Formats: sequence, C-alpha cells, structure tokens
Amino acid sequence: MIFPSDSVGFVTPAKLKFDELLPLASGATLDGFELMVETYGELNASRSNAVLVCHALSGHHHVAGYYKDQMRSEGWWDNLIGPGRPLDTRKFFVIGLNNLGGCHGSTGPRSVNPATKRPWGSEFPVVTVNDWVNAQHLLADRLGIDSFAAVIGGSLGGMQALQWSINFPERVRNVLAIAAAPKLSAENIGFNEVARQAIMTDPEFHGGNFYAHNTIPQRGLRLSRMLGHLTYLSDDLMGEKFGRELTDESGDEYQFGFDVEFEVENYLRHQGDKFAGHFDANTYLLMTKALDYFDPARPFGGDLEDAFRKAKANFFIAAFTSDWRFSPKRSKEIVRALVANRINVSYAEIESSAGHDSFLLPIPRYHALLSNVFSRISV
Amino acid sequence: MNNARPQERRADFDVVSAWVPAGARVLDLGCGDGSLLARLERERQCRGYGVEIDDDAVLAAMQNGVNVIQSNIEGGLAFFKNRSFDIVILSQTLQATRHTEALINDVLTIGKSAIITLPNFGHWQVRWQLGVGGRMPVSARMPYQWYDTPNVHFSTVLDFDRFCEQKGIVMEKKMVLSGGKEVKLLPNVRGETAVYQIRRQK
Repeated sequence: MIFPSDSVGFVTPAKLKFDELLPLASGATLDGFELMVETYGELNASRSNAVLVCHALSGHHHVAGYYKDQMRSEGWWDNLIGPGRPLDTRKFFVIGLNNLGGCHGSTGPRSVNPATKRPWGSEFPVVTVNDWVNAQHLLADRLGIDSFAAVIGGSLGGMQALQWSINFPERVRNVLAIAAAPKLSAENIGFNEVARQAIMTDPEFHGGNFYAHNTIPQRGLRLSRMLGHLTYLSDDLMGEKFGRELTDESGDEYQFGFDVEFEVENYLRHQGDKFAGHFDANTYLLMTKALDYFDPARPFGGDLEDAFRKAKANFFIAAFTSDWRFSPKRSKEIVRALVANRINVSYAEIESSAGHDSFLLPIPRYHALLSNVFSRISV
Repeated sequence: MNNARPQERRADFDVVSAWVPAGARVLDLGCGDGSLLARLERERQCRGYGVEIDDDAVLAAMQNGVNVIQSNIEGGLAFFKNRSFDIVILSQTLQATRHTEALINDVLTIGKSAIITLPNFGHWQVRWQLGVGGRMPVSARMPYQWYDTPNVHFSTVLDFDRFCEQKGIVMEKKMVLSGGKEVKLLPNVRGETAVYQIRRQK
C-alpha cells in the first residue's frame, strides 16, 4: 500500500490498563478500566506538544492512518492529521482514544464485568462527558503530559474539549470545539430518545443483555442510525446528492411498492446496515445519554459564563452554516460566555452544505483556519 | 467591511492608536485583517476582539494573531455585555451599515466610548464630481461605482457633528485628515477622513 506523503501511514493501537477507582457522575464507581489508545507523532522532551482528539457519537481511538492487513481502514479524521496536514505530526504528538462505554476495545458494555464474570450489557453504568474527561485526565497522567497543547473535538468531541477547559484549566492550553453546543436542546434530546426507543423496543435487545442470547438488536440499531444520519446531513446536501433519483433497479417507473426505490432510501438503508453490523447497541444508548446530560453550566446554576470563570485556554470555536443539529447559534452561546470572561477566543462560521457532518470534511477554508490555529500554538 | 485600501488607512490608524489609552479593552467592529487591533495590542498593550463578517478577512485576522469573531455587526453584537469595553472602534465601517443609528446606539452601550472614522463626502472632489460632473463620486479612497458600493450611508463632517448634537452624544475628540495630515482650515471641504471619539452623556 502506498500512502500520500502527508499520511501517518500504518498505525497500531494499544490497550492501557488503569487500576484507579473512577467515581462517575451517576454515583457508580468503576474499579479499574481499560482504554484503547492510538498515537501519532512523537512526544517532545518537554512533553508540551500533546494534542488530544476527542471522538463524537460513533467514533473511537483510530483517528488517523491505516491498519496493516485491513482494507479501507482509514482513521475517521485522517484528513486532519499527518505530516503537513493541519494537525501536523512533525510538530505535535496526537492522541486518540476510545471513551469509556465505547465498543472499540475500551471498557464498555461488551467488556466483562469483574463482579459477575459476564458482559456488562445494560448493567454498565451511564457515563457522562465529565466522566470521560476524568478518565482522559488519568490517561494524561499516565503519559506524563502535564498540559495538553490542545484538546480538539467536533460535536460530542467538542463538548469534551470544552469540559477540559472547565475541569482542568491548568492542563489544556488551547481548546478547539467545532460544531458543538453548550447543551442539547429539547429537539436534540428528542432525536436521541427516538433513536434509543428504536433500539430498546427491538425484541432482540433483551433489556440490553442480548449478548447472552447470541443476537443483536439489528433492526433497532439500523433505525437509530438512519434517523441519526438524516440529522447529520442537510436538506440541500441530500437534494444535491440524491434528489428524487430512483435506483438503477427501479428504472424510470414508480413501482408502487415499499421496496427500495429512491436513491435516498437506498443510501439510508446501506448506512443503517453498515452501522448495525459493527456498533454496539448499549454503547449507542450510552453515547446519546452522554450528549443529553452534557450541561457544564448546570453546576453553576445554569450560568455558562460562570462555568468558564476558571478557564484559561485559548479557544477556537467553529460552526457550519448548514448544521441544523448544532447550529452556529449554539456555538455563539459558547463564544458569548467566553467573551464575558475576557478569554481569548476566535469564532468562524464556515460555509458548507454538508450539515453537521461538515466537521469531518476537508473544506479548504475550514482546514486553513485549523492550520492557522495549530501553527500559532507554541510547544 | 473595511473598504478603504490598507495603505490609505494608516493615517486613521495613527490617530486611533494615539487616542486609545494604554491597556484599554478594545472592540474593533469591522476589523478587517485585524491589523489595527494587532497594532493596538503591540503598541498600546490593549486586549480585545475584532468582529468581521468576511471569510478571508477572518482568516487574515487570525493570522495576525488577534481574537476575531465572525459575525455581522448589525444585529450581531449580542456577544458583548453593556459597558464591557473601554473603547469600541468603527474604522471606515459605519458608512457601510444599514441601521446606522441603531448601531451607534449599540456601540455606545457596549463601550464606555467609541472611536469612529468616516469618509467625508463633503470633500471638494466629491462635490466637484457630483455637482459639476453630475456623476456619483469615485476616488482612490472609495473606488466603487454606484451599483457595487458597499457604502449605503453617506455623511459629511458637518452631518456627523449635527447628528451627535441632535442625539445628545458627547464628542470628546475630533480630527479631520487629508493626505494623512490634520486639516484645520475648511475641514468639511478639504478633509478626506474624519476621526471622532464619542460617548454617551453621563
């Protein structure tokens, strides 16, 4: 396999074991846990060049590069990271991890509960953005990183980046929160609830313990992904991409039936199937719940300005014009709270028709802005 | 938003820079590439934000190392709390705004005072082009045709003086410039740019 010169190339993940007790927001405590981690670039001698990349709903530790012997194994944010890319691995040591509750190797519902010797399943405690940041903080300690040059994330990942600046102001120098929001709206929570209902009402769900029944709630997962996918795109983009095109099989004539007929149906079913084949249903429930519970202002009487009072990082906030899931308006709420605290912040609104998913795309202006932010960070 | 060419803005910058108190909290509305804000941070130890709507200018301002917020300044100033800045700057911006009076009102609410630079449409060349030539004025400072100009509110030095008087706005300082130098004789005829520092009555 030949890589472009600005790719990180083949990468290998590592599983790190933590023996610490991790108290969670729910009141539960994890007695030790494991995190899947991947890194790119080299940690410098002063350990000042580390950048943490936080993943969103369905992401994981494999952010950039490829796996040997695995076709189509490109990391989920590969276009961002590499020698010569905006997050330049010649300058930075980049860390990706799979969050707690995930299904890509970190401790989660698929892992064995040491108390019962069976998979956690629905017994796995509900985890929050705050819990993830606390676990990431232990990871930073393990790697000897006193302060991150930057923490970056899009969507739910951006929320973790924001939480870092609130929880550990001394340990993060720059925060890049893209296509994020300071908390979910009722509509956002509503979408998540529909997705959860799709999963939980699937007869194969078995109250979350489907592993024991040797099955998966595939129909539920598929539905929730189709719904989620719709909300990540935009009407404009779907119009451009599919319009009212009929599939090749349908030909030019309406079939007057319920089989796949429009291209958009074909696409959504394909996305749903692909996702349902590998993603864990319990993880999906947990991730949507983490989104719903995210509200850093809550401990401060709902005052976001107060929440950022101790933050010290420089911030870059960006939103996309066609993102209706976390619209520019939501990012501006974050900017307003930062400005009120006289914190260094720049905000860019990026033209894109690709909706919420824009944050993963190599849009030239977006990448130019990110390149600039990273080039100005001293390590 | 800033539509004068950079080299022609330096004279205004000199005046603004001299007027801004050292260490002031500054908001630059229509900050363009951020060069004024960068200069104020460098030379006057100011801190603050620029606001800019143009995509390329936002990137340029970030490259200049200043905080920039991409937003329309008209109706887009909810980011800022009342009296949260020592100085709000509107450098060659006001004439391109639609709800100009409302904006000035906002600016005097957010800032303890404002520094405004404006092109003077009372300049003799403007009068000549319109009065004698019968054509809308086009100059190096305002190189636009009537159909593509971003400028929608034209004023003269006298007009702005009168505006402040009528609205009870205190004019703390005023300087009219031509060719980068102060014009004391017949400023409304010879001046190209006017710089004002204004505030609300206490």
